[in-house]
Amino acid sequence: MATERLAIIATKGTLDMAYPPLILASTAASLGIETAIFFTFYGLNIIHKKKMHELKIAPLGNPAMPMAFPPSMQNSVTNLISSVFPGPPQIMGVIPGMTDLMTYMMKKTLKEHGVASIPELLEACKEADVKLIPCQMTMELFGYKYEDLIDGLEPPAGAATFINYVLEADKPMVIFV
Amino acid sequence: MATVTPHKTLDASGLNCPLPVLKTKKALEELQSGQVLEVITTDPGAKADIPAFCNRTGHQLLEVVEEGGKIIFYIQKK
Repeated sequence: MATERLAIIATKGTLDMAYPPLILASTAASLGIETAIFFTFYGLNIIHKKKMHELKIAPLGNPAMPMAFPPSMQNSVTNLISSVFPGPPQIMGVIPGMTDLMTYMMKKTLKEHGVASIPELLEACKEADVKLIPCQMTMELFGYKYEDLIDGLEPPAGAATFINYVLEADKPMVIFV
Repeated sequence: MATVTPHKTLDASGLNCPLPVLKTKKALEELQSGQVLEVITTDPGAKADIPAFCNRTGHQLLEVVEEGGKIIFYIQKK
């Protein structure tokens, strides 16, 4: 059978944007496709030992955020709030602590809906033999050392390695996240 | 009621995408070829995802039963 390879480029370091690359990669690998994620720029935070636990979601500058209350917090009062404000008004994003509050609510909602956490999805990726490749150039740019990143990664690599990985396959696929 | 008798049951109730597929894949690894895995899910997305997984990996989806908000799959390992 011709080799099929999926290469995903993860560039974002927010909680919401950490999900798509990990979900797609772990699932693709489970479907028998050779899969790699190239973590570059803020995407490196997803595989940073400390920062992976501190990924946040920002209400400010995020007009696409009609955030429902977590199931355990839904009652007549919160339903009334949701009916008036389907998402937090943009101006509220400047209030100190709003980012942390939204992050807390998002994590609670994810958990109550049975969605895996980022560390759990990373473990699932590793178990399914997804290659996790940190970008060498961004590591230097951000001052991240290899030992700052989680265990089980591929060696840091650059653009040429990534493009070669893609083009070696008979059927290459690339997703940019 | 299903017409097949499973060798193993995976209860993935309450779990959401992509966990039902990932756990199904793992559970199948522990079975012998020809044995049947029962997967219990509550994720409506699994209704399309588990058949897509089977289609892709060559395992045979014998039967799907829906009862009381649960979607139960019977998968025969290839």
